[in-house]
Amino acid sequence: MIIELGHFALILALAVALVQAIIPLIGAHKRWPGWMAVAVPAANAQFFLTAFAFGALTYAFVTSDFSLRVVVQNSHTAKPMLYKVAGVWGNHEGSMLLWVLILTLFGACAAWFGTNLPPTLRARVLAVQSSIGAAFLAFVLFTSNPFARLQNPPFNGQDLNPLLQDPGLAFHPPFLYLGYVGLSMSFSFAVAALIEGRVDAAWARWVRPWTLAAWIFLTIGIALGSWWAYYELGWGGFWFWDPVENASFMPWLIAAALLHSAIVVEKRESLKSWTILLSILAFGFSLIGTFIVRSGVLTSVHAFATDPARGVFILFILAFFTGGALILYAIRAHAMEAKGVFSMASRETALVLNNILLAVAAFVVFIGTIWPLVAELAFGRKLSVGAPFFNMAFTPFMVMLAVIMPIGAILPWKRARLNRAVKSMTGVMALALAAGLLVWTMQTGRSALGPVGISLGVWLVFGAARDLWMRTGRREISARIGRLFKLPRADWGKGLAHSGFGITILGIACLTAWSEEDIRVTQLNEPFTVGDLEITLLNVSREQGPNYITTKGVMSVTENGKLITTLTPEKRVYPVQAMPTTEAAIHNGFLRDVYLVIGDAQEGGGWAVRTYIKPFASWIWAGCLMMALGGLTSLTDRRYRVAAGARKQRAAAMAAAE
Amino acid sequence: MKHLILIFVLLASPAFAVQPDEVLSDPVLEARARGLGQELRCVVCQGENIDESNAGIARDLRLLVRERLVSGETDQEILDFVVGRYGEYVLMRPTWAGSNIILYIAGPVLLFLALLAGFLYLRGRAFGQNASGTDLSKDEEARLAEILKE
Repeated sequence: MIIELGHFALILALAVALVQAIIPLIGAHKRWPGWMAVAVPAANAQFFLTAFAFGALTYAFVTSDFSLRVVVQNSHTAKPMLYKVAGVWGNHEGSMLLWVLILTLFGACAAWFGTNLPPTLRARVLAVQSSIGAAFLAFVLFTSNPFARLQNPPFNGQDLNPLLQDPGLAFHPPFLYLGYVGLSMSFSFAVAALIEGRVDAAWARWVRPWTLAAWIFLTIGIALGSWWAYYELGWGGFWFWDPVENASFMPWLIAAALLHSAIVVEKRESLKSWTILLSILAFGFSLIGTFIVRSGVLTSVHAFATDPARGVFILFILAFFTGGALILYAIRAHAMEAKGVFSMASRETALVLNNILLAVAAFVVFIGTIWPLVAELAFGRKLSVGAPFFNMAFTPFMVMLAVIMPIGAILPWKRARLNRAVKSMTGVMALALAAGLLVWTMQTGRSALGPVGISLGVWLVFGAARDLWMRTGRREISARIGRLFKLPRADWGKGLAHSGFGITILGIACLTAWSEEDIRVTQLNEPFTVGDLEITLLNVSREQGPNYITTKGVMSVTENGKLITTLTPEKRVYPVQAMPTTEAAIHNGFLRDVYLVIGDAQEGGGWAVRTYIKPFASWIWAGCLMMALGGLTSLTDRRYRVAAGARKQRAAAMAAAE
Repeated sequence: MKHLILIFVLLASPAFAVQPDEVLSDPVLEARARGLGQELRCVVCQGENIDESNAGIARDLRLLVRERLVSGETDQEILDFVVGRYGEYVLMRPTWAGSNIILYIAGPVLLFLALLAGFLYLRGRAFGQNASGTDLSKDEEARLAEILKE
């Protein structure tokens, strides 16, 4: 019964979404307050109905209701509760329902917190948001209904893919979706502004926090996914340039560009039409990502063929929303003429450069991702575009970005002296170069990647620190330290996020350059050395977990005769899906990770064992975390917390007056 | 328990990535083999290269690469041989030939165009523009005047 109610709630949500997509739009056009006001209760209703449907599906998973097709295909009674719940979004139907739930949540948030928006803008934003909701609700109901029942329910389910039964991956999709779908807000604001025909500082002040929030979630989601790949796939890779990964990475890059260009709109009323375009593109890439992942067109051609309806449906949604928005943009964008005047050397210019690099980098990822498809359709070539291409084509953009970032970050608005900015950074520059050189001399005959990464990391982290320090003014040190903690949170957020970027670059470069690897057959209690570590396989046992059987090795790691850690790598088999997984055992260190994998028993006795030493591995995700924290800090800045409606209007007028 | 062991044996798992018995004794050749392994795609997997892959066919390819390395072929000869067998689909790095050139130059060309457009825009901002905006409504003009009076 609960299932049917959930199904019914979802159908109602679609009806509400259709109403919300049309009535407020007409109301805003005709200035009918009653019609505009429909948007708010409708957004609420849409969210609560979808939430109820999602709750009903969760209930089915938790209680292992095997009369539901998705539950049978993705759950099992022996599965731990965490993964029963995570199983809700561990499949196509449920994950699309989560997608819609988050979409309606953002719509409802705009209704709840948007009381200080001009009423027409608010009505239009909610209507646009709801039209996306309607499209995806229809998609779920017509092509991917999670509430489909089976006529003859089996006694037990087929279990969730064991690779997905992992805490890191359980929370990866919700974060990713909060990011993906969060970008729908900036899209709705952009389209509403285009309909409205105006963009001002108040608009940017609204769009920026939403974009920032979406970007934070995307950052965490991507980091979780990459961290999962690192420890779960059994050889320590963390990024594969897989189409599905790229699908989440492109919106991240565009969102990063967008949240910077929105600053220019907010503070200087320039780059308006570009910001609108980025808002459209950011969500456009989210939709492309959804299409890539959900249609399976790029991961495997077969997945698309089995259910072409889904792919085609999303393609239509994609074409309608991005195409429609871009056409609207082409018609209306010229109305958004910018005001601010600034010189060639200025913060504005630096942010334009940032935007160019991020947007072109996203484009490079995009063309690499879809190239196999283009080549096959247009040129009849079946080919692959893999990691070597992306590493070569993408990395230069990030290096350029890292090089200009600390300088750009300290340039004043409007008119700056470039040589003065460079001068104030000479110390940091020298430090970065020295660090790089030092590392380069210490390592002989190894990849230049390590020293370059270290240099860039030092440059970014100390550059950000120098920036914060310069903001404290020119008094004695104690007063400056005091002021350091009174700086606006936006400054701290920027510093944190920029240093995080540096830490991540450093981690990736060092890991790539200096990883050590050892593959061998080892006997019990016969130590072997990898680098300066001595590793011994002490024991191997077979044990049973809740829904798997495991081969567990006990291995000691010693350095100079001192025991560092004892690790227990596992190799699991999940009988229901007949699928093995490796559970690498990792000793996370500050400077390096020790990463052990146990393989098969060998015929002549002994075990296959793999050892990796991964320098600076944790830095990659620590940097991501810092970026996300930086975003969060910036999000709690005073100007977003106390942005009352009346003040905002005035601020817009003031900014215009400048 | 016997039951479990039976399941375990029946499910004898596939090989995980590079196995100890594949590794060449000559570290230089092995390093080259790894390099080639990163460049070749496992044809039955989802975008994995043969070094990462657990599939049997990837193992066969790894062995083939090593065999040919030992017999003294160059990296390019080995890649050519594998491409001859499986088509250019196995190459992780698309060749610099024919339509693929579009793929390679798209990024640099776009960067150049974007920089040019950005430069022209910035130059326009720096000189021509008029500082007073005109997109204010009447109400806002009034409000602005009021604020300026305050």
